[in-house]
Amino acid sequence: MKSTNKDLWVIVELDEEGNAQETGLQLLNPGRSLADECSGELTAVIVGCNTEKAVNTVSEFGADRIIVVDSPMYQEYSTDAYVDVLYHLASKYRPDVFLIGATSKGRDFAPRLSCRLDTGLTADCTALRYNLETDCIEWTRPALGGNIMATIVCKERRPQMGTVRPGVYKKIRHSGKAQVIREDYAAALPERVKLIETIREIKQEIADFDNVKIIVSGGRGLGDRDGFELIRKLADTLGGAVGASRAAVDAGWISHSHQIGQTGNIVSPKLYIACGISGSVQHVAGISGAECIVAINNDKDAPIFKIADFGIVGDLYEVIPEMIRELEKIE
Amino acid sequence: MSYILVCVKQVPDTSEVRLDSETNSLIRSGVTNIVNPYDTYALEAAARIRDGNPDIKIAALSMGPAQAEDALKNCVAIAADSAYLVSDPAFAGSDTYATSYILSCAVRRIEKTEGQCLAIFCGKQAIDGDTAQIGPALAERLGIPQVTSVLEAELVDGGFNVLQEDKAAKRRLFIQQKCLLTFTKPAFEPRQATLKRRMAAGRCSIEKFDKSLLPEIKTDRVGIKGSPTSVVKVFTPAYRGKCEIISCKPDVSAKSLLDRLRERSLIDGGKNEIH
Repeated sequence: MKSTNKDLWVIVELDEEGNAQETGLQLLNPGRSLADECSGELTAVIVGCNTEKAVNTVSEFGADRIIVVDSPMYQEYSTDAYVDVLYHLASKYRPDVFLIGATSKGRDFAPRLSCRLDTGLTADCTALRYNLETDCIEWTRPALGGNIMATIVCKERRPQMGTVRPGVYKKIRHSGKAQVIREDYAAALPERVKLIETIREIKQEIADFDNVKIIVSGGRGLGDRDGFELIRKLADTLGGAVGASRAAVDAGWISHSHQIGQTGNIVSPKLYIACGISGSVQHVAGISGAECIVAINNDKDAPIFKIADFGIVGDLYEVIPEMIRELEKIE
Repeated sequence: MSYILVCVKQVPDTSEVRLDSETNSLIRSGVTNIVNPYDTYALEAAARIRDGNPDIKIAALSMGPAQAEDALKNCVAIAADSAYLVSDPAFAGSDTYATSYILSCAVRRIEKTEGQCLAIFCGKQAIDGDTAQIGPALAERLGIPQVTSVLEAELVDGGFNVLQEDKAAKRRLFIQQKCLLTFTKPAFEPRQATLKRRMAAGRCSIEKFDKSLLPEIKTDRVGIKGSPTSVVKVFTPAYRGKCEIISCKPDVSAKSLLDRLRERSLIDGGKNEIH
């Protein structure tokens, strides 16, 4: 499929209540810059139910136009429906670029969509650049557990598609008004996957690291399960989330949803504080996108200090309470 | 015969990959190859289904160089009844688009002789590429439904009941046969190879498909040439500045660390709003 105009699309996911999700709003930021660089237009695409709220939110973040498909059939996410409606829109408008959040849903539907559109897809990017000479987006992503970075292009086929890690870009407000285009489309629903139930766990039990600015993580060095109470207290004081190393998860001290690293969550917060974590490659692979890494460990030879920006060699059970005390003093 | 096809990839054990701190390059020598951990979760899920339904067979499928046979033998030693290796120099350098195309041709080839499979189980992603694309792309090419990030799967009438992991909640879904499921790390450890199975695996013959045995494959759609995406640059991530070590009394260390974080605007008084 060859594109007929330079049109960059950002898919903005909604939750079931119709709220625009952070990752999509963030992607409008690089979308805006890329569109400006290639004198193109930025289109936000919203598929959902009761989309009014989301349309208003999205229009503040720099899109030239918003394509909206609103129907009760899109309230619950369905791979089949999402791929079908996006394929329909892409066939009609023939965008040049698709930016999709590397969220669980984005990673679920993007590969199917790219196959159906007969084009390439670069997963989980952490940097984007428009190359004027080649007229291609240069997608940069980590591989081999974050040990290497690869820059990838999709030379000939269009659209060029990529998923981008949540939290890599900051959302930026723009003035100006987006043109809203409403599309009616009923997706073919083959009824081959049915939702039986949604199991919501107690909020603290499920960790969500997308768009979190500060993460405090605990590892084997905590010594036991109770150590996470101290980790959680520091995280709460800083307004951050609680993470864990694989060793701590394997020991049964905390649920797998908290695991940071290659077989857990890959995160990119502003600040990552690793407490009692030695820093295996598998763990470091998950935090290479952090702006600043702090390590607290009593072993001065722990590999975590090689990749940290700041390190405290000492007993975390002595250092962390002092940090909490100091932070509470300021407040 | 009803069977589940489990797709596996042989990957370097990235937990063994070390960085040479002098040259900041990867030390790959001596790194062993393993079955991608997520694929072992897919194999375990298939084995659990067979535990309750002994007439179901498990076939493992891999694409890669000749040595990927080791990964398949490992799968046979753990749980698989048979194994297929898709390997041809012409396939080297395929991106996910081309790889899913080749795998879809291989699945059709297997089904021609073995009959339709019940389902295809894959790992959520491979730990070397981390793209998580092959599962959904393969499902698309075969025109079958998918559920990604599955924790548990149970065989029921006409399909599977699966438990899907998501950020905010878990979802229980029914998916009809034939389907593709990608598995993430479950709460339990996958079973290990037994000595008896390991010996049998040594003797088992692995069926190999090269280009000539997959005649429907269009040569211009595979390998580097047939891949829509290409790698233009590979580099090691920017090395972080030297770690500043603070080692004073706990209270002094804590304060000086927080002062540095405040200087860099990484923390404020305590609240952490996104604006």
